[in-house]
Amino acid sequence: MAEATARTALLALLRRDLLLVWRRRGDALQPVLFAVLTITLFPLALGSDAAFLARIAAGVIWVAVVLAGMLSLDALFRSDLDDGSLEQLLLSPQPLALLIFGKVLVHWLTTAVPVLLATPLFAAMLQLDSNLYAVLLLSLLLGTPLLSLIGAVVVALTVGMKRSGMLLALLALPLYVPVLIFGAGSVMAAAQGLPYLGALLVLGAALALALVLAPLAAAAAIRIALS
Amino acid sequence: MHTMIANAPPLLQARQLVFARNDEPVFGPLDFQVSAGEALLVQGGNGSGKTTLLRVLAGLLGASSGSVHVNGKPAEREAIATHTALLGHLLGHKGELSADENLQFALGLYGQREGISRSEALEQVGLAGFEDTFARTLSAGQKKRLALARLLLVPAPLWLMDEPYANLDLQGIALVNGMIERHVQAGGAALITSHGAYATPAVRTRLLELSHG
Repeated sequence: MAEATARTALLALLRRDLLLVWRRRGDALQPVLFAVLTITLFPLALGSDAAFLARIAAGVIWVAVVLAGMLSLDALFRSDLDDGSLEQLLLSPQPLALLIFGKVLVHWLTTAVPVLLATPLFAAMLQLDSNLYAVLLLSLLLGTPLLSLIGAVVVALTVGMKRSGMLLALLALPLYVPVLIFGAGSVMAAAQGLPYLGALLVLGAALALALVLAPLAAAAAIRIALS
Repeated sequence: MHTMIANAPPLLQARQLVFARNDEPVFGPLDFQVSAGEALLVQGGNGSGKTTLLRVLAGLLGASSGSVHVNGKPAEREAIATHTALLGHLLGHKGELSADENLQFALGLYGQREGISRSEALEQVGLAGFEDTFARTLSAGQKKRLALARLLLVPAPLWLMDEPYANLDLQGIALVNGMIERHVQAGGAALITSHGAYATPAVRTRLLELSHG
């Protein structure tokens, strides 16, 4: 008998979710497309004053990334809930928190990483100082997984509700604000020649905490939501 | 209900099991047990609490009072998960995955029973040749058959089957009964809910009647 271990279960889940994203790849491009559109509109609306654009660049990119992440949040457990496979995850003899971690990982890989890959484009469109590019990328690398993990807990809390989109945004936004402040703040500080490492370290610490606690919290929330 | 004295503890035993939603009793108190080598047929009309009972036994819902024992020990999530497999109304297939890929995922989660391969299971439920068909293009009856193939493959000895006959043609009903017979004869057990009188499997079967109120 082939025993199912936590490892095989996690691998099977990662394989399935990545395959599903590949088969629905049109949907997967939505967040990155949203971020591109938002950022394209800013120079058009504000004029081509390069110095002004450079000043707001980090903030605009961060806001676009946060909103793009929120757009795809509802899809995290929705289809699994509708077709009953979330129930199958709950009933399996595997730790639910680990499986949820796998789902969040795939979600981050397929929604945030494309946006990260497009940041050179965003930076160029908004005339961001090339010295700040590394700080921006680092802040996004630490910040986006944190957004996905926090988002997963909030989605898990609302998963039992039929039309939870509005509630989801209201619940997630206050939790996203600190990430945005530290993320965009680190780039702003670097732009002014101030020490920026502190803000990045706070993001890193929050990410470490969320990596451990968020899957557990989301697992508990899903068990409650489905009962 | 008549209880039998057996040497081995029953696979599943419920004592004074009650479930209430907002102080409104859904079913119970119920006393029943299922041992290896027998089937339990739960009968009752629409809304009599059959599905709720199965969800309580599967551990998705907490009982309001009473106890459930799995293999003689108080039912904990781990024990329930390794001993039972639920066939519910939502089958849990991904439409964008093929029949075989859906089974592969289930086996990754639950493990695989000895002596049966994915293609053999698909053949047994009459889906030979549909391995690479996307689940969304299967008919309702074929989707049910795919879920039955999953039951055949996972190692859990107790099948919790919620209306397994729904959506199936006469051939399909015979298939379900044949599956249950072979599973029970091989030392497994099944708990089957049904709202009507279908031909029941030819194995030792206990009957539990649920009535509303």
